[in-house]
Amino acid sequence: MSKVGLTFKGGIHPPHFKGQTEHKAIEAAPVPKVVVIPLVQHIGAPCEALVSKGDQVKVGQKIGESKGFVSAPIHASVSGKVVKIEARPTPSGSRINSIIIETDGEQTIDESVKPRGSLDSLSPNDIKAIIKDSGITGMGGAGFPTHVKLSPPQEKNIDIVIINGAECEPYLTSDHRIMLEMPEKVLFGTKAVMKVLGVKKGIIGIEANKPDAIETMKKAAENEPEIEVVQLQTKYPQGGEKSLIYAVTKREVPSGGLPMDVGAVVQNIGTVVAISDAIQIGMPVVERVVTITGSAVKEPKNLMVKIGTSFRDVIEYCGGYSEHPAKLINGGPMMGIAQYSDDVPVIKGTSGILILNEDDAKTPEASNCIRCAKCVDICPSGLQPLTISKFSLLGKFEEAEAFNAMDCIECGSCSFVCPSKRPLVDSIRIAKKEILAKRKK
Amino acid sequence: MENKMIASSSPHIRSTDTTTSVMLDVLIALIPALIASMYYFGFKAMLVVALSVGSAVGTEAAIQKLTKKRVTINDLSAVVTGLLLAFNLPVSVPWWIPVIGSAVAIAIGKQVFGGLGNNFINPALAGRAFLVASWPVEMTFWTTPGALTDTIAAATPLAMLKTSSPALSPLSDVFLGRIPGCLGETSAILLLLGGAYLIYKKVISWRIPGTYIATVAIIALITNGFDFTGMAYHVFGGGLMIGAIFMATDYSSSPVTPKGKIIFGIGAGVLTMLIRLYSSSAEGVSYSILFMNVATPLIEKYTAPRVFGTGGVKK
Repeated sequence: MSKVGLTFKGGIHPPHFKGQTEHKAIEAAPVPKVVVIPLVQHIGAPCEALVSKGDQVKVGQKIGESKGFVSAPIHASVSGKVVKIEARPTPSGSRINSIIIETDGEQTIDESVKPRGSLDSLSPNDIKAIIKDSGITGMGGAGFPTHVKLSPPQEKNIDIVIINGAECEPYLTSDHRIMLEMPEKVLFGTKAVMKVLGVKKGIIGIEANKPDAIETMKKAAENEPEIEVVQLQTKYPQGGEKSLIYAVTKREVPSGGLPMDVGAVVQNIGTVVAISDAIQIGMPVVERVVTITGSAVKEPKNLMVKIGTSFRDVIEYCGGYSEHPAKLINGGPMMGIAQYSDDVPVIKGTSGILILNEDDAKTPEASNCIRCAKCVDICPSGLQPLTISKFSLLGKFEEAEAFNAMDCIECGSCSFVCPSKRPLVDSIRIAKKEILAKRKK
Repeated sequence: MENKMIASSSPHIRSTDTTTSVMLDVLIALIPALIASMYYFGFKAMLVVALSVGSAVGTEAAIQKLTKKRVTINDLSAVVTGLLLAFNLPVSVPWWIPVIGSAVAIAIGKQVFGGLGNNFINPALAGRAFLVASWPVEMTFWTTPGALTDTIAAATPLAMLKTSSPALSPLSDVFLGRIPGCLGETSAILLLLGGAYLIYKKVISWRIPGTYIATVAIIALITNGFDFTGMAYHVFGGGLMIGAIFMATDYSSSPVTPKGKIIFGIGAGVLTMLIRLYSSSAEGVSYSILFMNVATPLIEKYTAPRVFGTGGVKK
């Protein structure tokens, strides 16, 4: 069953680990006493705070304004009082200037939050402006500002919008639950994106291990002649942008290029739902669905969490830790970022909080590369990870570049399959950084 | 919980495959042929295997201890080398042949280059080549399976084929392994069984053994005037099966690229038949593989897989 469907070349079949939460409906997490809202939650320029200490804020109120084009504004997720603005640790690993709000529990909605009208009544530019103003960024994890993706240069002829419902990361079920519980929002957001781009073809791709989501979305899209729901093979990294575009269209995003080079724009399920809320309710991104799961949390759940809620509060609502949390991850196990502390806030890109016990978190010891070629066989980018890694570890970054290190999408499949447990993707990441640094010089 | 969390970089999950599990699979695949060698050549076969494996593991541990490296005999790679070398010896060899052969295989074939994964030639074949060059008589004294004494020399099917001897073993014996030859190379059918297991477990790909065996078969068919029986002797009668399935697929001395594996297999097949047909030797598998081992870096250089997104824009 899971082998049926569209796919790409290469890839791996990690265990799904989705059973803990895939049948659990999305619950609203309680409003925490304090939220910490970082002024950068996206790829791009940081925001400038629009409020200062002592100010009262309401839900949906803009509290951080973006300065550059590649940036996205920040909104208050709670009503209450700004108590501090200072640098705080974030799930991205760096300390970022954050607005700290003490909640009043009222959740008073800001006056600016009101429905923006139907899709018919809005022009493509209106929709794009709403998206930009609502602080919408890629909710799959990378956090690229959505309005930028929706502003391709004139010469790029976009003819297809692909909605990423693959959710190929093990453990995560937030997109799965969204598709089951709010398919109309997914469709509305998809149509909004299509309208912005003037595209007549929308495709929602879902991995075969979510048959109920495929069925629900197909039913919801019955009367949408321009939107098709397709089944994808269950294989990692099926939800990688390039893999997904290839699976659906058989077009290869050129090396070093962008999806728009092959006429495609990809949006995540969570992102189109945020677009739907921004238009239909007028509510900017102030909350998101997060899967809290893993071997060291008492009650795994899918929660609707206010942006800025600390991991600790979220985990507490899930019954707390069931045993010593040896590893705490923002995102999924393949590409997520391990945290030093649970005192970091949920941000727009937090699709999951994965808590692993000692056994699951153990980092295996690396041994000699045996040249088994498993990494070559599965690399979705057609690279030879063992060779790039070898050169990177020797500090020979020019050779690493000659073996196309820059084409690595950092999916981590090579490290996953390696029987010698070598740090393949880690060393390739280092090579990429060094190569980029050199190019900038 | 403070300060006790692991903050390593992604991915945070790994497959259950390990170097040891891979080597164990190779050993499992060799078990049927091992049992056959004991059945055909008796207790002496077991002794040769034990000495060879013991020497390989011992040499690896000793060198790693002496050079103050992590002792990695638990990865079972030395066991595989020892077993493969034993499989490449006649049963009649004196006890010190497997001992010296395995020690040379591990010391010079493997550890000198940095250990597992760094050897550019197959260690077992390096050991065998050393033995054949040093003690050619002991290394080519063949015994008929089931013979009560091992003092009577017999000829292998390929040698008989070469000299057009009328005493050529029947093909059914060749297929089952009831023929004179090295310990583990004789039973084609059991070696194929092991190969099927390795391909099924994705330890090896079909590319090297498939193209190697096919190339030998095609050349043998043509040079034998399209006589399938003659071809069958070439394919099943010598060291091709063990060579193609277990020796040529040695990870570290064969290409990692899919196209490279195909070139490697075809090259080894052509060389094997050139040696068998035009040299004084009846057998040619081990030298062909060694030659291709040396050519591997060059093959890899020209067979890199196509990088995604470099096929020209298709829209």
